[in-house]
Amino acid sequence: MTDNILEYGMRIVVLGVGNILMSDEGVGVHAVTDLSRRFQIPDEVEVIDGGTSGMDCLDRIAEADLLLIADCMRSKDKAPGTITRMADDEINAWFKTKISPHQVGLSDVLAACCFHGISPKRVVLIGVQPASFETSMELTPQVAAVLPKVVDTLVTELAAFGVALRPRQAA
Amino acid sequence: MSKRITIDPITRIEGHLRIDVEVDGGKVKKAWSSGQMWRGVELILLGRDPRDAWAITQRICGVCTTVHAITSVRAVENALNLEVPVNAQFIRNMIASAHAIHDHIVHFYHLSALDWVDVTSALKADPDKASALAESLSDWPMNSKHVMRQTQEKLKTFVTSGQLGPFANGYWGHPAMKLSPEVNLLAVAHYLQALEAQRHANKIVTILGSKSPHIQNLAVGGVANPIDTNSQSNLTIERLLAVKEHMDALGDFIRKVYLPDVGAIGAFYADWTKYGAGVTNYISTPDFPTDSKGTQFLVPGGHVPDGDLKQYKPFTQFGDAYLRDGVEESVKHAWYTYSKPGPLHPYQGETTPHYTDFEDDGKYSWLKAPTFYGKRAQVGPLANVLCGLAAGHQPTIGYATTMLDTVSSLLGSKVGPEILHSTIGRHAARAIRCGVMQDVLQQSWQMLIDNIGKGDTTTFNKPTFPKGEVMGFGMHEAPRGLLSHWTVIKDGKIANYQCVVPSTWNAGPRDETDVIGPYEASLMDNPIADAEQPLEVLRTVHSFDPCLACAVHVVDEEAGSAVSVKAL
Repeated sequence: MTDNILEYGMRIVVLGVGNILMSDEGVGVHAVTDLSRRFQIPDEVEVIDGGTSGMDCLDRIAEADLLLIADCMRSKDKAPGTITRMADDEINAWFKTKISPHQVGLSDVLAACCFHGISPKRVVLIGVQPASFETSMELTPQVAAVLPKVVDTLVTELAAFGVALRPRQAA
Repeated sequence: MSKRITIDPITRIEGHLRIDVEVDGGKVKKAWSSGQMWRGVELILLGRDPRDAWAITQRICGVCTTVHAITSVRAVENALNLEVPVNAQFIRNMIASAHAIHDHIVHFYHLSALDWVDVTSALKADPDKASALAESLSDWPMNSKHVMRQTQEKLKTFVTSGQLGPFANGYWGHPAMKLSPEVNLLAVAHYLQALEAQRHANKIVTILGSKSPHIQNLAVGGVANPIDTNSQSNLTIERLLAVKEHMDALGDFIRKVYLPDVGAIGAFYADWTKYGAGVTNYISTPDFPTDSKGTQFLVPGGHVPDGDLKQYKPFTQFGDAYLRDGVEESVKHAWYTYSKPGPLHPYQGETTPHYTDFEDDGKYSWLKAPTFYGKRAQVGPLANVLCGLAAGHQPTIGYATTMLDTVSSLLGSKVGPEILHSTIGRHAARAIRCGVMQDVLQQSWQMLIDNIGKGDTTTFNKPTFPKGEVMGFGMHEAPRGLLSHWTVIKDGKIANYQCVVPSTWNAGPRDETDVIGPYEASLMDNPIADAEQPLEVLRTVHSFDPCLACAVHVVDEEAGSAVSVKAL
């Protein structure tokens, strides 16, 4: 299916970030976990549960052709569960205002990549507006309800980049 | 006239730490350290299977994942009196020491060097002179004129692109920046090389822990790495040889770059050996066990009262009674309430939030205030290095001597370990400990190979949970210092769980008797050249390697400007 991509050595990283101990804060991690559960992940795509780490992920983000990030994203006037897409330059601007609690780690990593000349070629961020950061390992109903849509959005992004994921066979 | 400065947040990594200082006559006269997030992980763990606690606690923080995982399994093993096969100890030791190396390098170069290094000044450096200086300090091959020129070019491109990223918050041109353009260039070159070096440490954790950033291989009773010298999927000789390559590369970087750099920066900022001592009552835990019971260790730890090495009292084993019986936590100045008066021992610990506003004389932090036999204690690499020196631990003495010799020769006068009780001394101690960690990594690797060679491939002892109540605590000398998890287990389920983390020891607020904590004490009398740019406060606080995600938890925070100044 993806022979010609492999030929060119394309490398895509899907990175879920967030703290799964804080309800909706962990939506990015839940999204990539679900992605791996629902779809077969081809060799050129690496799915990472990044948690709230920073530098630990540098190695794998470096020089990726596409870095696709799933994260919780707090903005003022949006309803819980709203999905927002940002890409490339928009993300740099996003990092300059304080929205995500783990932007610091992630933006440091991206800046370090940039300084080192090993930036990912494209960066796309799929953000989900949280309803709650309560201490809990469950998502709130509002955010849990959009989780399948978040996963579909990731799949669409990958497809737009030329990688079609196949669903896993139902067990 | 005195001024009140508020810095929020103060960390460059995840976590919210707020520091308030009152400055009078150009010096800090009062200080408050406040954790701005609530940690509720203890509540999530109640009623769960103790065998799952490590996987949950490693989610507390993105930086300290493995250390919480290791401490958690040790707590449950201590409660069950369960021995751990030595192979599992060696594998855990390698993961923990590689993680510590990663953490120390990243902390120095990527999170705190910018408090001392003026990146923009490096643009004015003479690259040939920078190279000559670097080559006088060590024979690291990446100190050449060519490398220095290349670094300066890269920096030029980066600065003119306007995307300063991690450098954007620096205090460039601040009067407290003292390094020459050449030293600044050297530091920037090593900042970049450190990014490479940390990858080696991360690779080791990934190979042994199966996955990074969240390791998968731990288990109460050992590790889940089946050792099989023939199978591809298990821990094979090939994988162990790959670990060795990364390990050797790290050793070169630590000895030839990190240690000399800290020595040089320390010598140029010798005035900072006079500030920041704060609390000189130190505790640290022995770690890197080499027997199944946890009574023999590669690195010692214990209690150094009043900074006096002669009064050193070691902790001798996992579950050590002198450590166990000395710890209490007060919430008099923290946003919690207890159901009974006074500070509580962690086994009786309670996590009931009670938020007030920020009250200077009342409650002002989500951190509790821990004490050791009623006194505040400083934890961290400095505490660990002092214990090593007191105990006659050869690797610690060796690296400390190298460090102090570098500083002495650059200063032109002899300095001893007394300079370590300071802001810059904490950085020196961290570099010294990083050298020790490299030795631990090498030794543990060799011990594992030798033990496998004897035909022992055991990595796991199955735990059994008794009816009724048992309790235990796990201790680990984490990169930021003594970490302990305390658990009460009832009929095989968690009935209480408390994490007493290094940043709680150091960053905690005033205690039951209103005594200030180590961060607060270390800020006293720090000079402040410019209240609008309180770089000196950052220097002292960052020297502790603050990381509060584990000390506390998140709350909505749309902070505007990080620094606010108010005339009093």
